[in-house]
Amino acid sequence: MRYVIQRLITTIPVLFFLSIMVFSFIHLIPGNPAEILLGQDATPQAVHALDAQMGLNRPLLMQYLGWLSNLLRGNLGTSLVDHESVSQLILQRLPVTVELAVGTMVVAILIAFPLGIAAAVMRGRVSEFVAMFAATIGISVPPFWLGILFLLLFTVKFHLVTNSLYVPIWQSPLKNLECMLLPCIATGIREAAVLLRMLRSSLTDALGEDFVRTAWAKGLRGSAVTLRHALPNALVPVLTASGLQIAGLLGGLVITEQVFSLPGFGQLLVQSVFSRDYTTVQGTALVAALIVIIVNLLIDLMYSRIDPRIRTDGGMEA
Amino acid sequence: MSLVPEPHLSPVEQTSAPARNLPPRRLRLANPSLVIGSILVFFILGVTLLAPYISPYGPNQVNYSAVLQAPSAHHWFGTDQLGRDQLARILFGARTSMEVSVGSLVVGAGIGVPVGLIAGYYRGFLDTWIIMRIIDAIQAFPFLILALVLAAMLGPGSRNAMIAIGIGLVPTFARTARAQMLQELGKDYIDAARVAGCTHARIIFRHILPNALTPIIVQATLAMASSIVAEASLEYLGLGVQPPTASWGSMLQSAQGYLQLAPWLVVFPGLALVLSVVSFNLLGDGIQRWLNRKIS
Repeated sequence: MRYVIQRLITTIPVLFFLSIMVFSFIHLIPGNPAEILLGQDATPQAVHALDAQMGLNRPLLMQYLGWLSNLLRGNLGTSLVDHESVSQLILQRLPVTVELAVGTMVVAILIAFPLGIAAAVMRGRVSEFVAMFAATIGISVPPFWLGILFLLLFTVKFHLVTNSLYVPIWQSPLKNLECMLLPCIATGIREAAVLLRMLRSSLTDALGEDFVRTAWAKGLRGSAVTLRHALPNALVPVLTASGLQIAGLLGGLVITEQVFSLPGFGQLLVQSVFSRDYTTVQGTALVAALIVIIVNLLIDLMYSRIDPRIRTDGGMEA
Repeated sequence: MSLVPEPHLSPVEQTSAPARNLPPRRLRLANPSLVIGSILVFFILGVTLLAPYISPYGPNQVNYSAVLQAPSAHHWFGTDQLGRDQLARILFGARTSMEVSVGSLVVGAGIGVPVGLIAGYYRGFLDTWIIMRIIDAIQAFPFLILALVLAAMLGPGSRNAMIAIGIGLVPTFARTARAQMLQELGKDYIDAARVAGCTHARIIFRHILPNALTPIIVQATLAMASSIVAEASLEYLGLGVQPPTASWGSMLQSAQGYLQLAPWLVVFPGLALVLSVVSFNLLGDGIQRWLNRKIS
């Protein structure tokens, strides 16, 4: 319990600094954002009106407090382009990104687990070198390039994927699978490579532990020792590290959505960047960061439930 | 406590039959990642520096009579929609990529290392509640999203891309520098420097920093790989250097419109990108492995 409270307390300053950073984004724009938005031909009256709409004519501290108070009520502001609530826009796009993220992790797990286990069990053999070389290549291939190659191969050359327009899963599961499969594999390969390296290293350590030796001494089969005894223990550090992967995954999804024209959260961010919809940019960046913080917090708390050593260690980690 | 004399050997290895597929002894003894990574990085840096001398054409040399040509003896990697030689653009694209990535590292390490060293040196409230929590807040942003938002706010261009990517690298450098500082603090030479009357700044930057540099260099090598991908991603989205400057990301972006007519346009810039990322990843892994072996 002490660990949980400490972990929650350390999140408060992080959220505070995060809010300051997101609020400051709009002030990084060289010049007056209202003038940039309206263009060179804008009249001073129009600039003044937009300044007032965006709240930029108030003192900085008042602007921040106003923004924070709206934020705490779940109001991320109004889009400067669509004139819709930013929270609504994000909620409309988020399911596509969540589906993509889940699909990506499924692909990653399906690739990483067999290869990671094989690499750990067959240490020093050619198969380990092959798995680890594949992981190095997998980590180094940008998902967006892989996505373009997939489009070239499966859509343009072999015409295996005929529908690349997004169809929600509840409208047609098959069509949804057709348009989501390539993006999930394109992003999943990189995540699989990261997971494979972590799993191999963690499982190699677990296989050297005393309890594994006991399992061997009991006369268990190799597969039982690896899968029933070593693997569950090896998964604990992998779980924590995969929390850190969430941030990288979300970043990768932004560009994958762009390559495959998926109407997700990332595409909303990119569109609002180009239409200079600063409030939507602020809102999407904030939501992305909050997702990362919440996922990491949940994983940390889950980790403390799974591994009692974390609870008893106490102390605050910087 | 382990009962086995060789704790690094797992029972799997001890009980299994001698491995028949072992790689040659020389390969096992050497550090292949370090060797291959160094060679590739030298090759890429050589290409970057010599691009104007080895390039067969200018990167922006338009030739309307040779539009979208497939790879041939005249144009090894083909030509694009304006008849520009792809090999020339890839060679000059390497310059853009290295320039922005090195610039980002300078920004990331320039801010992250002093911040991490100061946090580790002073510890207490400043470290636990302010500096490390700011680092956590920066780290909460997905790297590419932060770079994208900063590049959008600051405007396109290579200088702003460097700043945008560099800020995302600050947490990595700050955490590494802080960890090194904590490791070094308890050592005798720090006490000796204090007794000799050195100022805090002198102790941090003249005495501790040189001893903490090696892991920071490893991080820089690995961060170089992420910077290259982030730079290409920003270029792909149109937020990096502006046309007609050659860059791998913008080449891929424009090539996507010609998948049917000129598929080679997406292959070669992508391969160049992968080669450079693999090189820096291998080099980083190699240095890390070499260090671990040295320590153990």
